[in-house]
Parts: sequence; C-alpha cells; structure tokens
Amino acid sequence: MTISIDPQKTDNESLQPKGWLRYFSFSLDHKVIGIQYLVCGFLFYLIGGTLASAIRIELASPMSDFMPRDVYNQVLTLHGTIMIFLWIVPVVNGAFGNYLIPFYVGARDMAFPRLNAVAFWLIPPSGLMLVASYFVEGAAQAGWTAYPPLSITTPQSGQIIWILSVLLLGGSSIFGGINFIATIIKLRRPGLKLMQLPMYCWAMLGTSLLVVLSTPVLAGTLILLSFDIIANTGFFNPVLGGNVVVYQHLFWFYSHPAVYIMVLPAFGLVSEILPVHARKPLFGYTTMVFSIMGIVVLGLVVWAHHMFTSGTPPWMRLFFTIATAFIAVPTGIKFFNWVATLWGGKISINSAMLFSCGFIINFVFGGITGVALAQVPFDIHVHDTYFVVAHFHYIVYGGTVFIIFSSIYHWFPKVIGKMLNEKLGILHFIITFIGFNLCFAPQHWLGLNGMPRRVAEYDPQFQFVNQISSLGALLMAISTIPFLINVFLSVRNGKDAGDNPWNALTPEWLTSSPPPVENWEGEAPLVAEPYGYGKEISERK
Amino acid sequence: MLNKNIYLILIISLVFAISFWIGFNVNLLPAEASINAPIYDELFKILFIIGLIIFIGMTIAVIYSLFKFRKRNDQIGDGIALEGNLSLEIVWTIIPSIIVLLIGLYSYNIYDRMGGMKELNHNHEMMSSNTEKIWAGISQTSNNEIAINNLSIEVSAMQFAFLFNYPKGNFISGELHVPVDQKVSMKMESKDVIHAFWVPEFRIKQDIIPGQPTILNFTPTKVGKYPIICAELCGPYHGGMRASIIVEEESDYNEWFNKNKKPEVNL
Repeated sequence: MTISIDPQKTDNESLQPKGWLRYFSFSLDHKVIGIQYLVCGFLFYLIGGTLASAIRIELASPMSDFMPRDVYNQVLTLHGTIMIFLWIVPVVNGAFGNYLIPFYVGARDMAFPRLNAVAFWLIPPSGLMLVASYFVEGAAQAGWTAYPPLSITTPQSGQIIWILSVLLLGGSSIFGGINFIATIIKLRRPGLKLMQLPMYCWAMLGTSLLVVLSTPVLAGTLILLSFDIIANTGFFNPVLGGNVVVYQHLFWFYSHPAVYIMVLPAFGLVSEILPVHARKPLFGYTTMVFSIMGIVVLGLVVWAHHMFTSGTPPWMRLFFTIATAFIAVPTGIKFFNWVATLWGGKISINSAMLFSCGFIINFVFGGITGVALAQVPFDIHVHDTYFVVAHFHYIVYGGTVFIIFSSIYHWFPKVIGKMLNEKLGILHFIITFIGFNLCFAPQHWLGLNGMPRRVAEYDPQFQFVNQISSLGALLMAISTIPFLINVFLSVRNGKDAGDNPWNALTPEWLTSSPPPVENWEGEAPLVAEPYGYGKEISERK
Repeated sequence: MLNKNIYLILIISLVFAISFWIGFNVNLLPAEASINAPIYDELFKILFIIGLIIFIGMTIAVIYSLFKFRKRNDQIGDGIALEGNLSLEIVWTIIPSIIVLLIGLYSYNIYDRMGGMKELNHNHEMMSSNTEKIWAGISQTSNNEIAINNLSIEVSAMQFAFLFNYPKGNFISGELHVPVDQKVSMKMESKDVIHAFWVPEFRIKQDIIPGQPTILNFTPTKVGKYPIICAELCGPYHGGMRASIIVEEESDYNEWFNKNKKPEVNL
C-alpha cells in the first residue's frame, strides 16, 4: 500500500481513528493535537498542584515535619519543572496555538502536521519519566534552576533523568516554534495581510522566535551539565576548574525569555477574548504588534537580573537594570490598551471576562513588583526570598493560568459545541481569585522580613502568615472542583452552543462548532477585520 | 464635560493621597541595623508609592469599566467602533518611559550611595598577598577609607554552616561578632556548593560561590542579635543553615575578642 504524503490532505480517513479514540492516536489534525496538549497539560497541572499542596502543608508549621528534607527539595524541583515545562508552556503555546493558528491564518492545518504530532507525543513520555524518577533513586533536588555544583553533587540518577526530560520537552517546544513560524509566515490565505492577523498570531510569532533563539542554548547547557555529572568533565564544576556563574548566564539566557514564552501567548489570548465580550475593537492594534516585538527584543537582553547577587561586575548590573525596567514600557502599553478596549464597550460579565480582568489586576501587581526587582539595590535584599516567589506566581499563575482558564471558558463552545455552565464558572473564578491572592500576597511580606525561598523550615515568627498563605493554597485546590464538575457536566449535558454563541468575528467562529476536519466546508473566509465590532457589516473591509 | 473632569481630578488626587498615606504609614520592612538599611528603605518607600498609584489606578479603571459599561439586559448591538487613539498611545508610551528612566537613575544613585559602583581597592590587605581574582559584592567602603582599623573577617560557608575566621585573633567562631558603627570587610568563600550570606536587618545579600572569593562590606549601626540566613538552595538542610550576627558595643566586642584570641603559633 502506498501512502500519499500531502500536507494539505491530513484527513486520510482510512488511517485516522474516529471518535474519542482519535485523541489517543498519532493524529495529524491540528485541532486534535491542540486538545491533546490541553488535556495532557491539565493532568500535569493536577500533579504539579498536588506537589504545591504538599509544599504548603509542610510550610504550615515552622518545623520540617511533613516530609523528609530531601523529599521536600525533590517536591519543589518537580513542582517548578512540571508547572513550567508540562503545563504552562505546552498549554499556552501548544494547545491554543495548534487549535487557533491555522484558523487565524486561513489554513486547513499547520505547516508540518507530522512534526506537530511528534512535538506533542514527546511530552507524555518525558513527563512520565520525570515523575517516575522519584521512584528510582529520588527525583532531582537542585530546584528547577539546577545550579551546579549542587546539581552535580546530589544523587545522579534523578538529575540525569531531569536533564533528559527537559531536553525532550525543549525539543518539543522547538519543533512547535518552527511550525508556528512557518504556518504564520507561509500558510496565510491569499489576500490576508500580516497586519490583518488576529493579535494571538503576532504573540505566537514573537514567542516562537524566542523559543527558536533561546531554547537551544538551554539544551546545550544541560548537555554540558550532564557531562559534568556522568563523565566527570569540568565545565561548571569548580573542583575541576569550572565556573558556576557561567552556567547561570547560559541557563538564564533561556530561562528569562521562558517567562515571555509563558506570558506573550497569554497576552495574545486576552487580546482575542476582551474585544468579543466587550463588543469593541481591540484598541491600538498597531502599537500592540510593536509592543510584542519590543518585548521579544528586550526579553533577550535582561537575563542577568537573576544574578545580581552572583558577583557580577557593576556595569553589568546597571545595564541589566535599565534593560529590565524598560520592558515595563511595552508591557504597560498593552495593559492600557486592554483597559481602553473595555472602556465604552457593552461588556458581558461572564467567566471568560472575569478571568481576563482578574488577569489584568494580578499581572499589573506582578509587573510592579517586577520593576522593583529590576532595581539592583532593591533586588539585593529580596533576591531568593519569598518576595520573588510571590512575584513570579503573580506573573505565571495570576497572569497566564488565569488566561488559560479564561480561554477554556471562551473556546469550549467552539471545541465541544456546548456551553459551559456560567454559575459554576463564576464560582470557579471567585474561589480562584480569592485563594490566589490569599496565598501569594502575604508572601511578599515574608520575603521582605527574612524568609528565604526553597526552605522546609523557617523562623517561627512567620508561622501565622504562612498559615494564611496555606489557607489560600487550600482554596486554590478547592477551586478546581467546580471547574472539573462544570467540564464533565457540560460535555455530556451542556446547553447547545450553536456555531457562534459569542457573535465573534475571528475566523474560527465562522465555521461549525465543533469544526469539520479540514476546518471549513468550502473556502476559508477572508477576515480582514477580526475586531470590527460596532461597525455595520457593509462598513467592514 | 466640566463635571466629568472634576470627578476625574478628584479620583486621581484621592488615589495619590491614599498611596502616599499607605507609603508613609505602612511599614513592611524589618528593623534598620546597618548604614545600607535606611538608604534601602528610602528606595523602597518611593517604589512602594509609585507602585500603589499605578496598581490602585489600574484596578479602579478595570472595575469601573466592568460596572459602567456592563451590558444591560435590554441592550443589543456593539459598543463604539473605536480602534485606537494615536495621541493616547504616545502619552502612555512616553509617561511610563520617563517614570522608568527616573526610577532607574534614582536607583543608580541609591546603589552608588550603598557603595555598589565603587571599584574595590586593590591594595586591600587581604588581596596584596595573592593574585587570585576577587569579586566584589555590594560594598560601602570607599577606596581611601579602608584603613587599618577596618575589621577583616574570612567567611567560609559549607553544607550547612557558616564559619567566621578572625585572622587577627587566630580563631574561628560559629557566631559573627562585630562592633557597632565600624566598617566590616568580609572575604567569603564556599567549600562546596553555592550559599548566600543574607542579613535582612542589614538589607545586604551576597552569594558565596565555590572557586570565587567575594568581598562583602557593611557597617552595622544598631546593637543587637540578627539572623544570618543562607538564601541559596544548598541541599536538604538549606532551611536550617542559619547563624547569628551579634552587633555589640566596642568594649563588649573587645572583651569577646580577647577571650577567644589564640596566641600566634610560629612553626
């Protein structure tokens, strides 16, 4: 039998399983792959969240009494690694990117469907391997940053499995990035101009550039680190003449852009959600595009702000302070534009809108502490403390995870064809918002007053505030219950959504819900004004 | 129109007033016990107030929009088709740029006053005998001020303890004793993995890195006992890696020093 390989013909019906089984297959359909990313990521989110709960239980008392100390370090390492590499990066890039980008550019699939499937199928085995390393000789315990010499001197098997797993996940991320760039640049429907693309395309273009430019550096660094561990080389081992600070430079050259790999897609998604539910065009499209590209360029030259206490020379501290603080300018532009998008709209207060507004408030808070942390003298006191822990959770949880939930409420009707329950959705938002702020706001005070991060035991004077934080974590854990009930009930018995329940103008809503395998029955529509709200149809270009 | 502007001005001044009031009346920081601390707290207060203004302002704008522009039951159709406003965009690009630039210059000034921008004196007594590369942590000792009465201590960090070597007294202590109001200069080195030396009341922190000796200077200003905390993940007992710094009057310090001093051994 010969199989014709034609990238435009991905629904070779004899080869692709039907029904729910297709989600467990090597499917080439970008929509199936998107859902695979989302569900797989959410399962790892539950694992990472369980680990977070274990951390908060341990920290409810000042003594190290809930789990052994080395297990605590394994738990915090796995929590960070899982949440970053298996939940946020795959979901906010892989899941929504795969589902939406082909619609937005008017294509029937991604540019490289097979590469796309490979990129997804790298994730479950490497994630399972990472979790399973706990049962071998104990998981990695040097933190998700894996700073040598600690990562060289802790038990080897866990650290090596961690490196292998992160390398595979990085590879998956690079494959995805190449695919997004190719799709956005080359597969655009004839007549669709770059400056007519929905904002999420621009966000994914910027993000994918960062992925392709910086992830290989992390891969190279981790390969050198693994040589240090198994082959006794001395790249980063000071006993053999290596330099530990060089590792930090290389690591953060990827891992600071990684923050933008986690938040830029969220910026794109919120730019899609707000105009639909506020019934207004996205405010300042052109400046939004330039601010994304500004963040990409600046994001590549700020990494050393993670190393202000590592003995970096003064001029370097000054340069990285200014570069970092200036990221606030393009980021601020985006937030002002979103508020201006809301202003004068006819806003539907629903779960998607509430999570997006929660995102704006949380992220502004995290951004302000971020500008403060960029200042060397400020950072020296709070570096490696709970202040930093609070700051980055405001960015990645209060920012990106809020947008992931907002997006699920927004696109669930498209994917399933049924509505989610709004009452349960609003309950989910309220518990998440209160729990999140209760958990992380007090941690700023803890950091300022002397509680370092990554500790299993602490000064008893901090017990009360830590218990408040743990209570918040409990609420966050509880908040997933109404969400899961909502999803399971709505998939079975949800109200029928119709094709376009939000009356949205972006291309994914101009087809049936759920969409057919090749996205449109006929020609892909040309959407020149994805945000043309408030205009008569005849006025739209 | 006039009415609207008055409300806007009122709200903005209220946001400023609340932010300044909180900034000046809510203290989120521990005691000030070194020359660095009040300088740090000055920067903190400014950043806190600016941050509050922006945060409260943005939160009010979002919540107000949700109430004011919410869709009423009887409404159909869309909001106004407003796609942008170039002058607004310019305003909210330039004003944040200026604020960020001013904060940057101001924090440079703060950092300079903390001594962070000064090159270390290369005639430093601890550096004269060897040519190894010594890295500078934040310091507040000026070039010509490193005098003989400057207290020099060698710090070694290991899993999971700090050891303080007093070369002049030829002894090693697990507690760091220093006289009040006197400059202390420490040369820090790690025996195994990366650690960090952090005294929250002094607002100083410096990583202690294996294979890279680092200088850290500070001047305590308040008698008392403060925690020294390791701030860099260093292994299972990282949370327990703590020591104490005891800042005391010079006479008490000398008494302690003489009690522990060992005679010079000449081999």
